[in-house]
Amino acid sequence: MFSLVPMSVALLICLSCALLGNFLVLRRQSLIGDAISHVALPGIVASFLLTGTLASSAMMLGAGVSALFTVAMIELIRRLGRVENSAAMGVVFTSLFALGVLMLEWNEVGTVHLDVEHALYGNLESLIWFEGTSLASLVDPQALATLPPQLGRAAWMGALVVGFVVAFRRGLVMASFDADFAASVGARPSLVGLLLVLMVAVAAIAAFEAVGAIIVIAMFICPAATARLITNRLATQVALSQLIAAVSALLGYVLAGYGPGWMGFEVSLSAAGMIATLSGGFLLLACLFGPYRHRREALSG
Amino acid sequence: MLSVEAWWRALIFDAGYNTSLVTLGAMLLGGGAGMIGSFVLLRKRSLVSDAISHATLPGLALAFILMALIFGDGRWMPGLLIGAGLSAAAGLWAVQAISHRTRLGEDAAIGAVLSTFFGLGVVLLTVIQSMAVSGQAGLTGYLVGSTAGMLAAEAQLIALCALLLAAGIIVMRRDFLMVCFDPVFAATNGVRVQRIDMLLMLLLLAVVVIGLRITGLILIVALTIIPPVTGRFWTDRPLRVVTLAALLGMLAGYLGVTLSSVREGLPTGPLVVLAAFVLFLVSFLVSPRRGILATLIAHQRFKQRVHLRQGLLALARDEAIFDDLTVKVLRRQGYIRRDGVATPSGWAAARDAEHEERLWALFRREYPEDSAQLDHRGLLPIERVLSPDTIMALESRLMKGREAPR
Repeated sequence: MFSLVPMSVALLICLSCALLGNFLVLRRQSLIGDAISHVALPGIVASFLLTGTLASSAMMLGAGVSALFTVAMIELIRRLGRVENSAAMGVVFTSLFALGVLMLEWNEVGTVHLDVEHALYGNLESLIWFEGTSLASLVDPQALATLPPQLGRAAWMGALVVGFVVAFRRGLVMASFDADFAASVGARPSLVGLLLVLMVAVAAIAAFEAVGAIIVIAMFICPAATARLITNRLATQVALSQLIAAVSALLGYVLAGYGPGWMGFEVSLSAAGMIATLSGGFLLLACLFGPYRHRREALSG
Repeated sequence: MLSVEAWWRALIFDAGYNTSLVTLGAMLLGGGAGMIGSFVLLRKRSLVSDAISHATLPGLALAFILMALIFGDGRWMPGLLIGAGLSAAAGLWAVQAISHRTRLGEDAAIGAVLSTFFGLGVVLLTVIQSMAVSGQAGLTGYLVGSTAGMLAAEAQLIALCALLLAAGIIVMRRDFLMVCFDPVFAATNGVRVQRIDMLLMLLLLAVVVIGLRITGLILIVALTIIPPVTGRFWTDRPLRVVTLAALLGMLAGYLGVTLSSVREGLPTGPLVVLAAFVLFLVSFLVSPRRGILATLIAHQRFKQRVHLRQGLLALARDEAIFDDLTVKVLRRQGYIRRDGVATPSGWAAARDAEHEERLWALFRREYPEDSAQLDHRGLLPIERVLSPDTIMALESRLMKGREAPR
């Protein structure tokens, strides 16, 4: 019962990140997820230094602002400096991450409960719901009141992501496959692209706090990439990616928490790391055996 | 303790043997990273180093576990670096294999490899935490870099490796350049393209591994990207970009490490990266070729030229000018008076402009293909674009056309 909350948080986050990841992989923008999950750190530290609280609204705002700032900087450097996209991205997100680490160390916020290690690998295990001792606690208002706030946040973030994908599904699909066509029929691909980046930022921030930056990157990319090697149909790909994300989240958490115990060691491993590793393992399998793993030859005629 | 004096002492290499050695090591590393990064930038594969650097973590942790089990202490740096290098090589191979042999793009390959390897590394780190061995704290230094507790032998090793790397890159620079710009040409010249490409990536890997201790595995990627991009702002010649990137990387290493000795516990990696970023920002603002200021000025000039040209054509055709900027530009040149009437020099310039416009129109009609390739937009004097012969021919055609209209 204790693990119910961290497991549902991991599940919710993995599902919503993997959903967005499908479009990132198709648009060859996977590294946007990488960049944005890195710059959440300076945003959160800056908002902490400015407001003095670790309240989630302030943190979300700070991380959101820094994500927008990052996207704007990347575009500016790419357009004005005529620098290649990935290099522009590399310049911006590494510098901002460095700034975040420096601010942390300089002010010794590290003693509060923000530190670089948490930012990187999260702290899923700390979300244990101590009041939830049995199934009866699910209807006990007193116990429910002590639910970790991260659960609620992950839930509304998931709802937002699903809502976005459902509302914009036509535009997203068109813009991902053929931006010119999308523009010609008035589907506004650049607006859809910007909204997608914004949603990635929202997902990355909500996830960042609960599970850390690394699992976010893995969840954006691995399930979607795995599914892409298994099928050629988008709907199937999305469904498969959700399935893979769910399996990685649940199995990863269980393996990390109880796996060593089964082998006779009294320790537990990092759940976030295990989830990322598992999803990478699925991708490896798909790379070796996926029916659509090969690049198709260019269509002739 | 925070003081300019401490920084100054570090700057003039007067803050102790170790600090000086680390500073030198960081400078050599910055130089090597800048050089190799320039070639990687030309190859448009900058973020591959991000995958490589994150992929070092599982090897680092495994090496630590192995050494701790065998010798009881896992902190021996060369062993850690060998482990890191091996797993980074596996990561590099995975990125190449995924992007070449499957339909996934290189971006997805990079993202998947870096997150998976890093996740595995984090799992192994929690294994280490559960082991009862000493020296665990030393491992976090590899995440964001720390030079505080560095041993002299470690600093010497880093400096030596960085020096060797830099020498290797200098020897191979021509082959790298050829492969980056024109692989086919390189192949016809007897250069083994795949082997050189692999060597380039291996050198990148070596830089990343050596840099782990100084900047940490998350930030080392910055040293291979920011100085080359900065160098690109100042010159278009490839070998000069490489040289500049090396110098900028050295400067960033120098400033970053010396700054980190100013106060106890300041992380080295972020300071080196931020020093590189400040150099980048300055270049981005004031570079005469691609900087923001230069771009803004060029845009203003372009706008004024267009308005001047349109204004003169309007004068020649006796049309009224309503646009404020056009009026301003014409007045500044002394082509019109305050009340909008053209001055004698204005009339002359207008006649010239109109004549030139006629020549251009004729040229476009006579040589449509040639004119499609010219990017003149009517803004350069015609004699700077076309040869004198062509202009003479056009002039005579224009005269004939006037005498006997077809």
